Amino acid sequence: MATTVKDSSSPSTPPGQRTILYREAINEALREEMRRDSSIFLMGEGIGERGGSYKVTLDLLKEFGPKRVIDTPIAEASFTGAGVGAAITGMRPVVEILFIDFAMLAMDQIINQAAKVNFMTGGQGHVPLVVRTQGGAGNGLAAQHSQSLEALFYHIPGLKVVTPSTPYDAKGLLKASLRQNDPVIFIEHKLLYMTRGPVPTGDYAVELGQADVKRPGNDVTIIAWSGMVSRSLAAAETLAQEGIDAEVLDLRTLVPLDREKVLESVRKTDRVVIVQEAVRRGGVASDIASIIQAEAFDYLDSPIEIVAGKNTPIPYNLALESACVPQTTDILAAAKRAVYAT
Amino acid sequence: MHSTEFLAGLYRTMYTIRVFETRCVKLYRQGAIRGYLHPYFGQEAIAAGVCAALRPQDYIVSTHRGHGHCIARGGDLKRMVAEITGRQAGCCKGRGGSMHIADLETGNLGANGIVGAGVPIGVGAAMGAWIRGEDRVAAVFTSDGAANNGVFAEGLNLAASLRLPFILILENNQYAVSTPIEQSTAEPELFRRGLGYGVLSERIDGNDVLAVYRKTAEAVRACTQGSGPVLIEAVTYRQGGHHVNDPGQYMPKERLEYYRSRDPLRIAKEILLARVGANEEALARIEAEVDREMDEAVDFALHSPEPSVEAFLAEAAAY
Repeated sequence: MATTVKDSSSPSTPPGQRTILYREAINEALREEMRRDSSIFLMGEGIGERGGSYKVTLDLLKEFGPKRVIDTPIAEASFTGAGVGAAITGMRPVVEILFIDFAMLAMDQIINQAAKVNFMTGGQGHVPLVVRTQGGAGNGLAAQHSQSLEALFYHIPGLKVVTPSTPYDAKGLLKASLRQNDPVIFIEHKLLYMTRGPVPTGDYAVELGQADVKRPGNDVTIIAWSGMVSRSLAAAETLAQEGIDAEVLDLRTLVPLDREKVLESVRKTDRVVIVQEAVRRGGVASDIASIIQAEAFDYLDSPIEIVAGKNTPIPYNLALESACVPQTTDILAAAKRAVYAT
Repeated sequence: MHSTEFLAGLYRTMYTIRVFETRCVKLYRQGAIRGYLHPYFGQEAIAAGVCAALRPQDYIVSTHRGHGHCIARGGDLKRMVAEITGRQAGCCKGRGGSMHIADLETGNLGANGIVGAGVPIGVGAAMGAWIRGEDRVAAVFTSDGAANNGVFAEGLNLAASLRLPFILILENNQYAVSTPIEQSTAEPELFRRGLGYGVLSERIDGNDVLAVYRKTAEAVRACTQGSGPVLIEAVTYRQGGHHVNDPGQYMPKERLEYYRSRDPLRIAKEILLARVGANEEALARIEAEVDREMDEAVDFALHSPEPSVEAFLAEAAAY
């Protein structure tokens, strides 16, 4: 995937409305929410003076000071755990884990602690913790900095999983995440930070659990999230030239999952392609396919197509890397299989 | 220097913990308690001494061996027994049980089934207080077993780097499940680890409730003056196996006998009788009161309804 991608946000840009970068949209969400709510603070590696590896937290230290923008040691388990403890006691921490791969160091705190506290305490404690992280392959970062690991978190009751694909959604979903009381794994995509899209200047939030039709269509439903949405839209454009009218449904959040909108689209088009960047085995796509076949079996005119990553670690070599994860051509081929199957 | 009432209060807390654990073991044998139960026998002075030195606004984070911490922090016995017997009236509505008992009303952020995991959680509680500029400390109970886990080191370092109001109570009961301390580390004087992170660290007799109380009070003062965090290694001995079904046969008899001769309740009683002139009768009165409270708590729990499966399933559907 190219690092420059054309606008792909849900609202079309009215004349004169600004467009900003995905990373700027997240920065704005943090800044505006921190101004609104003094219990929000940030912690992570190099997020202060440096402004984060992807410049998401640029200049926030200047405005909010070192107690609300905390540079931590490289010790994910403890600073994520500190986020849990701060959240239980009334704060709204935003913990930045530089790469989702590094979240593996903090899995006890995320899975055994954050996800369980509200349940285990019989509702006494809440963990309004947002773990901001980013995943996905691109630019040759190899096996330990390129994974798509959303399924690990999707699997755990008690976590919400948010996967924005546009600047508009990133800002609105982050705001919504900071205004609710459960732990959220907020997964950005490293290839999206430099993408641009329309974002209104006023305050808004995008409710968690609302999928978004990024392109309406009648012939086939392409379900995607995060970095796969722009590739699905590109595939849909090519399909349109061939007379196939594809609908692209961006899930936006995997937990909660907008089952209704998925089923509604499937009942309209009768054909489904699910695109996930993560490896095929044990992925979210399989679960969505199982929901569709159970709830909309009679509507399906062809087998559900899943386009997913290969079941391997991500290689360093760029040609091998792109062979590992779904490309626009793979989505195109799958959509045609779905449409032309009898 | 301490009033009789204060010392009697410490003794009362310790005696309550002892009776509570004794009754819980009995309830376990009767089948009223399931799962794991890790008694606090022999370590009562630590919970009692630490919590007596904390203030109402302070936080504690507990461990899997956490009944004593919950009681010392002022947990309600009825709701505790109800929780451990899995009742709806339990402090966690029967969802947590012994290993996850929590009581946020008393600032007890909860026990934990994962050894060491409470350390960073406590660091976060201290961090929140530090950000808000509040006069609060977070005291985390942890253990010799946890001291060999990564989050112990990470958490201590993070707290030290920000000079957080954080007190790490290292209950060195000398066993990590069944592995003796000498076998799991080349430096069994665990407080030295704190020194390596630039943390005020000391080792004390964890069976002497007054020593625990005084050291914790000092630690609270240090934290409020901005010279936290503080690590207190309280040396004690687990009087029994790891959990209720572990007879602890690997524990040398003579060592167990030695520590029984230094039983924390016995030491507390001696202090009360010898130093402040309390009489046996007054202590017997306290014990009788606690026994009665405990009877009531058990009676309350066993007559409380279990949680509704239907209500739970409805809730689970929305999860």
